[in-house]
Amino acid sequence: MMNKASGPPADHLDRPDHPGRAPQTPAVHADGLTVVRGPRTVLHDLAFDVPRGQITGLLGPSGCGKSTLMRSIVGTQAKVSGTLDVLGRPAGHPALRTRIGYVTQAPSVYDDLTVRQNLDYFAAILAPGRAAADRRHSDVTQAITDVDLTTHADSLAGNLSGGQRSRVSLAVALLGTPELLVLDEPTVGLDPVLRRDLWELFHDITARRGATLLISSHVMDEAERCHRLLLMRQGEILADDTPDALRTRTNSDTVEAAFLHLVDQAVEASRTKEHTR
Amino acid sequence: MTTTTTPGADLAPAPTSALSLPRTTATAARVLRQLRHDPRTIAMLILIPCVMLLLLRYVFDGSPRTFDSIGASLLGIFPLITMFLVTSIATLRERTSGTLERLLAMPLGKGDLIAGYALAFGALAIIQSALATGLAVWFLGLDVIGSPWLLLLVALLDALLGTALGLFVSAFAASEFQAVQFMPAVIFPQLLLCGLFTQRDNMHPVLEAISDVLPMSYAVDGMNEVLRHTDMTATFVRDALIVAGCALLVLCLGAATLRRRTA
Repeated sequence: MMNKASGPPADHLDRPDHPGRAPQTPAVHADGLTVVRGPRTVLHDLAFDVPRGQITGLLGPSGCGKSTLMRSIVGTQAKVSGTLDVLGRPAGHPALRTRIGYVTQAPSVYDDLTVRQNLDYFAAILAPGRAAADRRHSDVTQAITDVDLTTHADSLAGNLSGGQRSRVSLAVALLGTPELLVLDEPTVGLDPVLRRDLWELFHDITARRGATLLISSHVMDEAERCHRLLLMRQGEILADDTPDALRTRTNSDTVEAAFLHLVDQAVEASRTKEHTR
Repeated sequence: MTTTTTPGADLAPAPTSALSLPRTTATAARVLRQLRHDPRTIAMLILIPCVMLLLLRYVFDGSPRTFDSIGASLLGIFPLITMFLVTSIATLRERTSGTLERLLAMPLGKGDLIAGYALAFGALAIIQSALATGLAVWFLGLDVIGSPWLLLLVALLDALLGTALGLFVSAFAASEFQAVQFMPAVIFPQLLLCGLFTQRDNMHPVLEAISDVLPMSYAVDGMNEVLRHTDMTATFVRDALIVAGCALLVLCLGAATLRRRTA
């Protein structure tokens, strides 16, 4: 896996601040973050930071609260309590709407529009007006190129395959060069070649634009490609570390093994707690 | 305050006002573009009212007076029903496909979305009503004493009311099945009570009172005013204002059902 031998890539990416500017707040800062959905508490009192300019992987089994956490960060989740600051402002602040790109798990695009028409519309919402028309056009073309759909630009989204449609959805999130990209399982159902290409794109986006990426996945081998990992289970964060540190700490060869180790530990801990009660 | 390290961030106009003209027109253009990929729907929207009028003309072949009255009423009712159906399904699709959530996470005002839909379907309603009115007045011998332009105006207001109602009820429908059931629930009672089948003052007093608060009654009243009077009467102005006011009110209610944050 990449980056294994070359040490944590976090070192040179850790502080993308320019000299002379005030030190930046983390891209996401959560403290006491709790989310209730119906009768259930989905996220329990989370506290974590997502550093800027890096790829942070959000990993855990399905149903552990990954999507709810992402929706909270983007500001579309109701009943969020505690502190949740995004790019220095409370999550859901109107000023954040142009600064965050968000891809939901199910592709959210118009099936009865072509790829380009989809992107044209969302671009017009992000940067409206005639003055921005040229800029919009190049943004749209760039986004289509980034997700490798140039040959399908004039196909109806509804006629594309599942993987292609999810790439249209991803292209929408790339419009307007957002500072924070929140991607909910963007590589699910894609073939290995495409997955590798997308991860190259993700690394390119952080390196070239200094953007922050928060990517959820339940495929553990993708964890190795992240700078940092948040491991989640049942609405709680099990670990918040670099892949290397996780492996070293748990004495495991892979992140998957490290995760399983941590889950076993957590189960053990809750069992003994129940026992002593 | 945080500083941005990305180029181009200065281009994004962050503040989102309630209504932005470029975003509204972009939304309307998008809705029309979606329709353009569905020519069968457009054809049905435009042709069905004409075919119904044609049918009606020969159903009442022996009594042209009846055709005048029912035909004029239907010119107001068609746009309301079709726009209600099209809008409720379109917005339901927007909700279930996740595009609504995506849009509301972007700097789109709720008013932009609603006005965009109203603009797009309003334009479609103008074409639909113009064809139906033209056919009825010039080819089917619908005897209108007033100006056909006023008929068109009422038809347009009705279309807006239909769009508004469709938008509003789509918030309470979890599936397409439920959405189409709102048509008999919301539209049929108005159809029965609006004075199409019998004069409203012949109804049971309770029903007459109910019909007094239903907007379709005023749409049909307005059509009949144009039918019988050469000038714009005070009653016509009142009817038109009531229909427009109802459409506006329901549009605002529809905007209130759009939530940026959902469970």
